[in-house]
Amino acid sequence: MTQVIKIKQGLDIKLKGQAEKVVECQEAKFCAIQPTDFIGVTPRLLVQEGNAVEVGTPLFIDKHDERITFTSPVNGFVKEIRRGEKRLLQAVVIECRDAMNRVSEPDGNHPADAMKRDDIIQKMLETGLWPMIRQRPYSTIANPDDTPKAFFISAFDSSPLAPDLDFIAEHFPDSLQNGLEVLSILSGKKLHLCIHAEKTKSKVLLKAKNVDIHTFSGPHPSGNIGTQINRICPINKGDVVWYCTLADVINIGHYFRTGVLDFSRIYAVAGTGLQKPHYIRTTIGAQIGDMVADNLKDDHQRIVSGNVLTGKAVNENDFIGFYHNMLSVIPEGDNRQEMLGWIWPGFKKFSVSRTFPSAFVPKMLHPNYELDTNMHGEERPFVVTGEFEKVFPFDILPLQLIKACIIEDIDLMENLGIYEVDEEDFALCEFIDTSKTDIQQIIRKGLDLVRKENE
Amino acid sequence: MKKNFRDFFIASDKEQGGTLKDHVSGLRRYVSQIKPNFVEGGRFSWLQSTFEAFESFLFVPDKTTRKGCQIRDAIDLKRTMIFVVIALMPTVLFGIWNVGYQHFLATAESVSFWKMLGFGLAKALPTFVISYVVGLAIEFIFAQIRHHEVNEGFLVTGLLIPLVLPPDIPLWMVALATAFAVIIGKEAFGGTGMNIVNPALTARAFLFFAYPSCMSGDKVWIANLPDATTGPTPLGLLANGSTDLPSAWTMFWGGIPGSLGETSKIAILLGAILLLITGIASWRIMVSVFAGAIGMGLIFNVIGATPYMQLPFYYHLLMGGFMFGAVFMATDPVTAPQTNTGKWIYGLLIGIFAVMIRVINPAYAEGMMLAILLMNVFAPLIDHCVVARNIKMRQKRAKTNSKTTTK
Repeated sequence: MTQVIKIKQGLDIKLKGQAEKVVECQEAKFCAIQPTDFIGVTPRLLVQEGNAVEVGTPLFIDKHDERITFTSPVNGFVKEIRRGEKRLLQAVVIECRDAMNRVSEPDGNHPADAMKRDDIIQKMLETGLWPMIRQRPYSTIANPDDTPKAFFISAFDSSPLAPDLDFIAEHFPDSLQNGLEVLSILSGKKLHLCIHAEKTKSKVLLKAKNVDIHTFSGPHPSGNIGTQINRICPINKGDVVWYCTLADVINIGHYFRTGVLDFSRIYAVAGTGLQKPHYIRTTIGAQIGDMVADNLKDDHQRIVSGNVLTGKAVNENDFIGFYHNMLSVIPEGDNRQEMLGWIWPGFKKFSVSRTFPSAFVPKMLHPNYELDTNMHGEERPFVVTGEFEKVFPFDILPLQLIKACIIEDIDLMENLGIYEVDEEDFALCEFIDTSKTDIQQIIRKGLDLVRKENE
Repeated sequence: MKKNFRDFFIASDKEQGGTLKDHVSGLRRYVSQIKPNFVEGGRFSWLQSTFEAFESFLFVPDKTTRKGCQIRDAIDLKRTMIFVVIALMPTVLFGIWNVGYQHFLATAESVSFWKMLGFGLAKALPTFVISYVVGLAIEFIFAQIRHHEVNEGFLVTGLLIPLVLPPDIPLWMVALATAFAVIIGKEAFGGTGMNIVNPALTARAFLFFAYPSCMSGDKVWIANLPDATTGPTPLGLLANGSTDLPSAWTMFWGGIPGSLGETSKIAILLGAILLLITGIASWRIMVSVFAGAIGMGLIFNVIGATPYMQLPFYYHLLMGGFMFGAVFMATDPVTAPQTNTGKWIYGLLIGIFAVMIRVINPAYAEGMMLAILLMNVFAPLIDHCVVARNIKMRQKRAKTNSKTTTK
C-alpha cells in the first residue's frame, strides 16, 4: 500500500502535558462496568451486591439481545450497584479481591487458523469480549447476526494528548497480531488497518499480516474511524461496518492466544493538571481516584474520561469509560474573568480564527498550548458560516446536517449522510464553533432518533 | 424588608459565592456586588438581559464547558462582530470628514480640516447615536421578553444603518427605519441568525420606498445644501442621462457626494483587507461579487447601445454603494447562502444584477441595494439546490455501490 490518503480539513490541537512514555502498573482496587457507556443497551442485572465474581462472570446482559453479555473484568465481589435518576443503572462496581490475580484461569488456547467465524463469535459473546466490537452507523455494539461490509481498526489516535498507539502496540506484539487474525476471520477477510504516514513507525503495525493496511496523512480527525471509513468504504443506507480500538484487538488477541481472559490495558493519563503525565496499565473500568492518586496538581482540575474533545467529565469516584483509551486532566477555567476579552490580541490563546495571532503561527512552529475548560463566550444562534468545512473532512454538508438533526427531519438526515458520521466526527466543529453550540449532543440525538426509527 | 437605594449596591459577600480571587479589579467586584439585584427575584429583575449584556461586554463570562468538547476555541461572536466594527472604522471616519468637505465645497467656503471634521461630526454623530439607542433598546426589550441573551449582531447593524443613508436624512427617519429594520426585518423572524434579509438594507429600502424624496434625487447627498445648488451622486447623474462624471480617481478616494459610508473606496478596501485577513467575511462572496460586476460591465461595454453601456466597466466598482455593499453587506453570513458553492453563485448574481439594474432601469439609480436584497431572498433557494446536489451525489454512490456488490 503506497497510496497515502491525505486528510486536508482538520486541526491538530497541540496541548501541554503529553504523557511520558513510562508505564506504571496499577492494581485497581475498584472497577466498574457502566451500562451508560454502551449506546442503546438496556441492562438486565444478573448479580446482586455482595455476590462473588470472577474474571468473565456475567454481570448484566442486554435486554434487546440477551446473547450480549457484560462480564466482570476482575476477581472480587460486587460492592455496589450504582443507580442514578429514575433508578437508571449506572455502574456495577466490583471490589477487586486479589489485587495480583487479575486474570482468569486459562481455558485452553484457541489457535486463530483453526477457528470458524461462528466459534469466534460464540467465544467472544461468552467471555464478554463482544461489546468491544462496535458498528457504524450509530456506534452501537455490533449485532452478532450481521455480516459487516468491512471491519476497521485505527492504529493511530490523532486527538489531543492521545496515547501513542505505537508505544502500546510494541508492548503486545503477539497478542496484537493474533487479534488481527481472529478479527480477519470475524470480518470475512475484510479487515482494514489504518496507519499514519508519519506517526506510525512501529514494525508491529507496519508489518501486520492478514489485514489491508491504509496509510493516512494529515491532522485530526484523520485518526477517527469515521473519517477512515468515509475515505475507504463509505457507508450508504443499510450498510454496516464494524470497528474496534487497537487496545480491544490486543485484549481479544491475548484471549485467543493464551486462553487467559485479561481485561487490563494501557491508558495514557495526560494533561497539564497532572504533576507527572504518564501511561498506566490497569483494568478496564478502573476507578478514576486510583488512576490519578497523588498526581493531581490541585483539586481544581477537570478530569475527563477519554480525550478532551469527546470525553466525559468525571470525578474521582467515577470509573474510566469502557471505550476510552486515556484520562485527560486539564485546569478548570471558571475563575478567570477577563476584562474586555473580545478586543485584546490574546497572544496566549489558541484559536483557528485569524482574529487571534495564534492562527498566523505556522503549524510546524506551534507551541503546545495550555487550555482550560473556559467556554470563551456564550451560546449564540448560528451566525458564522463556512467555518465547519475547514475541520470536517467528509463530503457532507456539516451545518445542514446539524440543522436537520435539530429539526428532527429524518429523511433529510438520511439524505445528508447521517449514517456516515458519529458525534466524535463533529468534535472539532464543536471546538471551533463561534456560537458555542453543543454540536456533538445534537448529532447524538439525531443518531438516536434515526436508530429508533429504523428498529 | 424595605431597603434604601444604597443597599442594593452593597450586597453581602456571601452572595458572591466566594469564587472571586483577590486580584480581581474593583470594577469586577462592584459588578458582582450589584448582580443579585438583577437576577430572578431581584428588584431589577426586569433588567436582567440588559445587565447580563453589559456584564458580558465588560468581562468574558467564566462559564465552563459541560459535556462534549471540554475545551473550546477562544473565538466568540462578540469578537467576530467587534472586528467588523473595527473594519468599518475607516469608512466611518472618512464619511464624517466627507460630510463637512462636501458641505463646504458646495457653499464654496474654504475652511480648515478640523472645521470640516467638526461639521461632519455634528451632522453624522447624532445619526449613529439614534441608530444605536433605538436599535439596542428594541433588542434589549426583545431579549428580556424572550429570556434570551442580547446578541451582538446589532453592534454592526447599528453602525451600518447610518452609513448607507444620505447625510441629510432627518433624525426621526433614522429612528423609524432602525425600528422597522430591527422589528420587521429581524425580530419578527426570530432574531439574530434567523433573518432573511440584511437588516441595514431593510432600513435603507424602507426609507427609499416610504420617503423617496429624502433618499434620492440630487438634493440629499450633501448636508445643509444651499438652496440654489445641487449635489447629485455619479449614479444620479447617469440616471439623468448625463455622463459628466467626476474622475475615476476622485470616485476612488471618495471626495464625492453620496451615502455616509460609501464614498471612499480606499477606506472600504482597508476594511475589506482586515475582514479578509481575519477571515471574518467570506472571500468567496467578495471575489464573486466583483467578478459578476466586472463581467456584466464588460458585456455592456461590448453591446454599447447607450452612453451608460459605454461607460468603462470599472466605473461600476467605483460608483455608489457597490463596493460598500460587496464588502460589508453581501458578506453578512446570516443572509448569504451557507454553502461554499452557494456563496459563489450568490456573489456572481449580486454583481450581475447590480450593474444590470443600474444600466437598464434608471428608475433605481442604486442597483446594489436591490441586487443584494433580491439575492438575500434567493439565498435559501441557492442553498437548497447545492444541498440537493450533495444528496444526489450520495444516492448515486449508493447505487453504484450496490451494483458492484451484486456483481
